[in-house]
Amino acid sequence: MDTFLGSFTFMGDQLPLLLEKTGQHIWMCVIVVAVSLAVAVPLGLWLGHLHKGEFLTTSISNIGRALPNLAVIAIGLGIFGLNFTNIAVALLITAIPPILSQTYLAVDQVDPDLVRSARGMGLTPAQVLLKVELPLALPLLFSGVRIAVVYVISSATLATVAGGGGLGDIVLGQATYGLEGVIAAALWVAVLALAADGALALLQRVLVPKGLRTAGR
Amino acid sequence: MTQAGPETPAGAQDIVFDHVVKTYPNATVPAVDDLSLTVPAGEICVLLGPSGSGKTTALMMVNRLAEITGGDIRIGGRSILDLDPIRLRRSIGYVIQQTGLFPHLTIAENVATVPKVLGWDKKRLRERVGELLELVGLPAGEYGRRYPAQLSGGQRQRVGIARALAADPPVMLMDEPFGALDPITREHVQDEFLALHARIRKTVIFVSHDIDEAVKMGDRIAIFREGGKLAQYDTPRTLLKEPADAFVARFVGADRGLKRLTLTRLADLADAGALTPARDADAALPQLAADASLRSALSLMVAEGTDAVRVTEPRGPADGSDGTGPVLGVASLDAVRKAGAA
Repeated sequence: MDTFLGSFTFMGDQLPLLLEKTGQHIWMCVIVVAVSLAVAVPLGLWLGHLHKGEFLTTSISNIGRALPNLAVIAIGLGIFGLNFTNIAVALLITAIPPILSQTYLAVDQVDPDLVRSARGMGLTPAQVLLKVELPLALPLLFSGVRIAVVYVISSATLATVAGGGGLGDIVLGQATYGLEGVIAAALWVAVLALAADGALALLQRVLVPKGLRTAGR
Repeated sequence: MTQAGPETPAGAQDIVFDHVVKTYPNATVPAVDDLSLTVPAGEICVLLGPSGSGKTTALMMVNRLAEITGGDIRIGGRSILDLDPIRLRRSIGYVIQQTGLFPHLTIAENVATVPKVLGWDKKRLRERVGELLELVGLPAGEYGRRYPAQLSGGQRQRVGIARALAADPPVMLMDEPFGALDPITREHVQDEFLALHARIRKTVIFVSHDIDEAVKMGDRIAIFREGGKLAQYDTPRTLLKEPADAFVARFVGADRGLKRLTLTRLADLADAGALTPARDADAALPQLAADASLRSALSLMVAEGTDAVRVTEPRGPADGSDGTGPVLGVASLDAVRKAGAA
C-alpha cells in the first residue's frame, strides 16, 4: 500500500519526466494509428463494398490477436534490428486488424436493400460507397478504431525494449525508477488509454449521422 | 393525398420486352424465359406470380440491376443496352419494399438524392423537394427535416414514391412497394398512389404477389409461372373472366367471379341504366353509395338477406360508403349478377 501511495508522490516529484515520456508515447501512438487508418480503412471499405475478403480480414484479425506484441518485437529484432521500425511494425500489427475487420464488417453488413435502392437510383459505385455505405458503417467502424487505439496505447509500453522511448521506459525500468515509478507510469498509461477512448467516443457522437442515432432510440 | 399544383407530365413512354431471357451464371434454367410484352405509355402493369417466377428479375432488368442475357428491352423505342446503366437508372423511378429510404438522411435529403447527383442547383432542388413532398401530402416544412425512423410505415412509403419521382422520370419501377404495410395502411396508400397516378400518368411496372392488389392497381396484369414463363398478359377483367389455363385459374382463385365484381362500381350500373327506379316499398332496403363496388353490394345483400340495395349519390369520402345522398335507384341481385358476367 505504501508503494502504491508512493507512486503518487513519484508523479508529483517526477512530473517533467512523466510528461516528456507521455509526449513520446502519444507521438508514437499517433503515427501508428494514422498509418493504420490510412491502410485499414480504405482497404476495409473496398473489400466490404465488394463483399469479398471475409476470410482475409478474419484471418488478419485473428493473427493480430494471436501474436503477442513481445514476440513480434523479438522476431522484428532479427529482421529490422533494434530501432523504431521494429516497434512501429509490432504496433501496426496490433492496430490494423481490429480496424480492418470492423470496417469490413461494417460495410459488408449494410442492408442490401439500401444498396440496391441506391444503385437503382443511378448512384455510381463510388457514390454508393461514400454516400450510403460509409455513413451507415460509421458506428461499427468507430468501435474498431477505439479498440485499436486502446491496444496501441497500452502496447506502446513495450517500445522501450527496442529503445523506442515512451512511458514504457519507466514501466519496464524498475531498476532506475523503483516500484513507485513503475506503478505511477502504468497508471498514467491506463489513464491515457481511457482518455483517448473517451475522446473518440465524443468524436463518434459528432460524426455519426443524426438519423442513425434517432433510429437507435 | 393533398391537392398540389398539377404535375408536368414528362411524356410517359412505353416499355417493350422483346424475347427477353435472363439466365444467372451457374444456373441451368433461365430465371426469365423468352418474355415478350408491351406496357403502353402511362399504364400500370403489374407483374404477378409466385416466388421464384422471375417477376422481380424481370423488373430489375429494366434498370439493368440485372443484365439481360438474351433479347432486348426498349423504353420509348430506345434499347436500354444503348444507354450507360447509371444514366439509364437516373431516368427511371425506383421504389422497393420497405422503401429503401436512407436512415442517415433527412426526408428532404432522401427525396433530393437523384436531382443532387444530377447536379441541380440548390434553389431548384429545394423547390422540387417542396413540390414533391406537398404532392404526397407530407409538407416539407413539417416533415422535410425529420428522419425516416420518425415516420410511420405509410408515410415512409409516400416519401419513397416522392423520391422516385424526384427527377420526373417517364417510367417507374415498383418492387412490392406496399408489401410490408399493414392491410389498412396498404389499402390507403394504394388509393393514394392510384389518385396520384391519374394525375402524373407515368408508365409503371409494379411487382406484386397479391392478386387483389394486382386487380386493384393494374391496367394490365402479367402472370408468371415457375421457370420465369409468362402465363398470361391481359387486363384484370379479361384475366378474371377468361384465365388462359389451369395455372392462371388457380392463381387468381376460385372467387375470381367475386373479384371481377370489385372492378365495377354501382355508379357504372347507374350509367348503364341498369338500376330500377326506387319505389316507396324499397325504403326498407339497405343502402349503399354509388362509388361502392358491386362486390360490396352483393356482400350487403347477403348480409341483410335482401335481393336488392338502394343506391345513393356518394357524399364525398368523409361520409363513407353508407352516405345518405339522394337515392339514384335500386340495384337488384339480378342486375349485379348480369353486370358481373359481362
